[in-house]
Amino acid sequence: MSLFTPLSWNDTGFILTGILNTIYISVLAISVGTVLGLMIGFIRSVSTQSINFVLGSILDVLRIVPLIIQLILFSTFVGIMGHPLPPFASGSIILSLYTMAFMTEVFRAGFDNVSKSMGIAARSLGMTYWQSMRYIVLPIGMKSVFPSWMGVALSVIKDSALVSVIGYMELLRTSEQLITRTQQPLEILLGVGLFYFIISYPLSTFGRYMEKKMAI
Amino acid sequence: MGDYEFHWLIVFQAFPQMLNGAFVTLHVAVFSMFSGIVFGVLLAIGKTSNLKIPKSIASSWVEVARNTPALFQIYMAYFGLGAFGIHLSPYMAVLCALTFVNSGYLTETFRGGLQTIPRTQYVASWSLGMTKFQAYRYIILPQMFRRVYYPMTNQFIWSILMSSLGILVGMGELSGETQRLQSLSYRTLEFFIIAAAMYYVMTKFVLYSADIMSRRLFKGEI
Repeated sequence: MSLFTPLSWNDTGFILTGILNTIYISVLAISVGTVLGLMIGFIRSVSTQSINFVLGSILDVLRIVPLIIQLILFSTFVGIMGHPLPPFASGSIILSLYTMAFMTEVFRAGFDNVSKSMGIAARSLGMTYWQSMRYIVLPIGMKSVFPSWMGVALSVIKDSALVSVIGYMELLRTSEQLITRTQQPLEILLGVGLFYFIISYPLSTFGRYMEKKMAI
Repeated sequence: MGDYEFHWLIVFQAFPQMLNGAFVTLHVAVFSMFSGIVFGVLLAIGKTSNLKIPKSIASSWVEVARNTPALFQIYMAYFGLGAFGIHLSPYMAVLCALTFVNSGYLTETFRGGLQTIPRTQYVASWSLGMTKFQAYRYIILPQMFRRVYYPMTNQFIWSILMSSLGILVGMGELSGETQRLQSLSYRTLEFFIIAAAMYYVMTKFVLYSADIMSRRLFKGEI
């Protein structure tokens, strides 16, 4: 009898769980990161230099320390504090914060793109501050940063593979375990690569299309 | 704070080894960046040319590099190539994977840079009797590198950060070395805090020196 069992159709469910977990954690991190990034981006674009400096240096840490180290640090830290979290929880918290740090800069640029005079013009039409935000600044600003938003979202989908380090069963970790069992690294890895490519390629093409469309 | 006691002494004793790891990190980042620039320039020229084969090679390289996770590339280089009988050391696997991704991203950057250079410059350099190679070497590329200097800095920082994936294939760069050292004493938190600080210092240092260098190189005209 052979020591290793080859890949079979019975593994489909296992791989599918991995795929769904990857999609799940990426969508969660992107949504939470977008909402938080929008809020902090707004705060950064309106606040004074000193507040910006403090906020900026905190976000800098999130962007500069490698994601893998952040994940290890956070999951060890909560364990030491006496509240160990499951891999999914700590993974999605860190991935969301990481996304937030990048999204903040994206949205901040969006708010800064809308010129001050446009906001003033809206106010002179009799709009309240929130109306001018809602109908003028947000739509124009957000539209202009859509391609960069897409870029960050795509990089988060790809970086979600790193959550495997703390034990979350996403696609790459599933495939790693299958490789250990079947000893067929090439077939499995090519399948995994194809999956990421199929998700990421249409989105990046769409992002580039939008960028071109807006440039004119 | 629970009842956790920090033990820093053991980390400071291992500090020289961590510095060594940081050196390997910089080393792999620099090498992957240099080879990425070489491949990137070639691919960008291929992508802007009208020849079919170089164009399709360049575009498929770029799309694969940009649309799959870096971790996947590293696994591919480390486990996947074994199917062809190519067994790379962890260092070589990470270097190859980072080179592949770097050249993919840099190609797009360089292509953008090349497009900003007006067509007339090519024609003018040919009319001076320069060969195609000379035109690129003396006229086109120097201008392109000046325009893509900042995106290139970002790519270099990305390489430093992404080399931390070497931890997963047992490479001895900063993260991998930290992982190995902490497994001797299980002082995970202390070791990784120091590693995070070292990444922070390295990245900031690179950013500042890139800024100073750009001032010396381009004298403010970018």
